[in-house]
Formats: sequence, C-alpha cells, structure tokens
Amino acid sequence: MYLKLSVKNTESDFVKKIEEISGENLMKCNQCGKCSAGCPSVSRMESLPNQVIRRVQLGDESVLEDDTIWLCASCFTCAVRCPKGVDLSKVMEALRLLTLRKNVNYTQIEKIPRDELEVLPPIALVSNFRKMTS
Amino acid sequence: MKIPYYPGCTLKAQGLGFETSAIASAKAVDIEMMELQRWNCCGTVFSLASDDLMHYIAPIRNFIRVQEAGYDKVVTLCSMCYNTMKRANLLVKNDSEKLKTLNDFMYREEDYKGNVEIVHLLELLRDEIGFETISKKVIRKFNELKVAPYYGCMLTRPKEVGIDDWEEPQIMENLITALGAEVVDDPMRGECCGAYHTVNSKDLVAERTRMIVTSAKNRGADIIVLSCPLCEFNLGTRQKDTIEIYSDFSGIPVLYFTQLMALALGMGKEVCRFDLHYVDPRPLLIEKGIIEEGEEKNAR
Ligand code: SF4
Ligand code: SF4
Repeated sequence: MYLKLSVKNTESDFVKKIEEISGENLMKCNQCGKCSAGCPSVSRMESLPNQVIRRVQLGDESVLEDDTIWLCASCFTCAVRCPKGVDLSKVMEALRLLTLRKNVNYTQIEKIPRDELEVLPPIALVSNFRKMTS
Repeated sequence: MKIPYYPGCTLKAQGLGFETSAIASAKAVDIEMMELQRWNCCGTVFSLASDDLMHYIAPIRNFIRVQEAGYDKVVTLCSMCYNTMKRANLLVKNDSEKLKTLNDFMYREEDYKGNVEIVHLLELLRDEIGFETISKKVIRKFNELKVAPYYGCMLTRPKEVGIDDWEEPQIMENLITALGAEVVDDPMRGECCGAYHTVNSKDLVAERTRMIVTSAKNRGADIIVLSCPLCEFNLGTRQKDTIEIYSDFSGIPVLYFTQLMALALGMGKEVCRFDLHYVDPRPLLIEKGIIEEGEEKNAR
C-alpha cells in the first residue's frame, strides 16, 4: 500500500469529520495494539483495529473501502481496554456512517434468504439494519 | 416489591421462555413484574455517533411510559435492551440540551424529566432480594449440574453501564451457586458471540460459537446460561450451522438464567418453554434426574 504522509492530510476534512461524529480525539492513540488483541472479528479483518485508527490519523480515506469497519460487532471490548481511553467502537461507527449517510447499504436486505428470515429473531434483524443500512 | 417491566421485541417471539420463566421466578422471590403499557422497541443498539439524536427517541419514549405509570424504576431482562436504554438514559441525564431537543421533538408526550432508573433483573436479585434469600427458596436439586455463565458484551460493557466488573464479573456465578448448581469457570464468558453479524456472516458467528461453546464444554459444562436472546440465537440455534462448517463440533444446551432459576424454585415445566430452544435440554435434565421422564411432555 502506498500512502503519502503529509501534515495536511492529518488535518483534512475527513479526519475532522470522524473526530466530530465519534467525539473521540484520534491523536490520543499511541498504537499499543491492545484493541486488536481483544477484538472478536480480528481473524477476518483486512486491517487490524489499531491500523484502522492509524490510517484515520493519517487521513487515509481508503480505510472506508476496507471490510474491517463492517466486521466490527460493536462489542466494546476495545473501548474498555484501551489504556489511552480511546473509544474505538465510536470511531468504527463514525467510519460506517460516512458510507451509510450517502444512502448506501452494507446489508442487502433483499438478499437475505427466506428460510433465514423465518428463523432470525427480531433482535438480530433490527440491530443489523440499524448498524448496516442507511 | 412491584416494578414495571420492559420486555423488548424478542421476548415476545423466540425468547418467550425467558419472559415466562423470569416473571414466574421473580414472583417466587416477591418481585411483581408488571408489563409496561404501550412500550416500543428500544432500537436494540445504542447509537455511537455524537450527532444522532433520532436513535435515542425510542428508548427515551419508554422512560416516559414509566414516568406516566408513576414509577421511577423499570426492570428489563434482555441484555441488549438493558444496554441501549441505560446508555440513552445516561446520555440525557448528563446533557440537558439533548434532553430538551428530544422532548421538543416528542411534543405530544409529557416531558421526560430524566428521573427514571433502569435495572436488569440480575441486579434486583442481587441488590434488593439477595442471593441468600433466593437460596432458601430452592426446592429442586440440581444433582451436580455444571453450568457455565455467559455474559457476552452488553451486561458488563462499557464500564458506565455494566452491572458488574467488566473483566471479572461474579453476579451470574453467585446466582448459579445460590440455586444449587455448580459453576464452571470459563474464560470465554465475556467474548462477543458475533451479535448482528448473524444476519450476513453466519460463518463468522459459527467461528465464535465453536470457540465459546467448546470452551465451556471442555471445562465440563453441561449447559450454558445467559441473558440475551441474540446470544441465545447465536450460541444455541446457530450450533446447527456450526456443525455444518466444523464437523468435529458438538454442542450443549443454552438456556436463560431465569429458566435455571424457575427449575430450582420448583416450577420449571409450565414456564420454561424448552421447546423453543434448538438444543433441547430435556434429555439432559432427565438424565441428571432434575426433571422426571413424562414431566417433560408437559413442559411444552
Ligand atoms: S488500544 Fe487504544 S491506544 Fe492502543 S492501539 Fe487501540 S486505540 Fe490505540
Ligand atoms: S467494538 Fe468493534 S473494533 Fe472494538 S473490539 Fe469490538 S468488534 Fe473489535
């Protein structure tokens, strides 16, 4: 991956937007990696959670194309364990919202098989649609 | 004590046995849970964005219902409802401006004053009734039934809403002990089950289910007990999908803590709705001599 580092990118609108929506100060993160160590979805993630926050710090918008932000389960493990008090679950949510707020859905509701719809409890459907549809 | 009770959607569907066993066993320890009138879905997940007030309307409206009924406390069972409502409540209690905006938006309702408290049934049992009192009411013997408590995410995280320590919770362990069953110490009890990924990534959930259920089983657990209908679906019903992917996997029954309690207090069969669970616990309960052969037929 090629990424041009520049101070300008670290102060870009993208970074500001994520800080604003999440309410988190991204610069508090010192890349200790503890969030990634406890993340339940990590085995499937293209970038580890600590890499996600690093890329956002550097203004790398391509992080939005990564599956990582959609694999986050909002389990809050990272949030309770971060030694610097960063709530990464909020950063993940802000990143998802940048896409969802353009009216783009991650979950394709029409593609859920009928037999699955018959067994899935309301709590699964409502939470999934709230997190992954606009 | 009398207390309004917020059920949430899934307790009226797949999680019905959670509700019926909870109401019955709470009654046996002198808690009368009265279903809140005109409650609505809490939204199941708390919005983590700082600019997303719309998603707090559902939980806050439920607090208005409690206020209208003349109470300042409401009890809930589902871990996700508990978490979502508690966080929304905390948010408006600490931010009068946001509370005002929400109240203005719901101008047809009376204003929410921010004075209602939400508690989980486990907290009521620990703090108001006491596990010692509960243990004195135990009728049925569990004959060394080994039980692994599973907390998942929403009962203990984040810190400001957790009902117990977020790394070393003891509340379910203490209840299980009070009910006369054996606690299995399981390090996976706070690991996420994959939650709503069950809709579009069954294989991710199967990976989690395999890890969590196998861990409990390898430590000797006969059953897992928990407090969330989504965890119950993922760790229970999804055992079917887990076996399809991992042929070496074999599961164990997954129950709600209130079903264990109802059984202990001697009234399991009418209220437990074991038929709603993918892994039927009845053969195990008969084998252990906890329920009798034939009794399970009435257990619906
Ligand atoms: S745990 Fe906190 S400080 Fe450490 S890498 Fe993750 S976000 Fe950064
Ligand atoms: S909240 Fe998301 S990123 Fe954080 S540990 Fe859980 S799944 Fe991983």
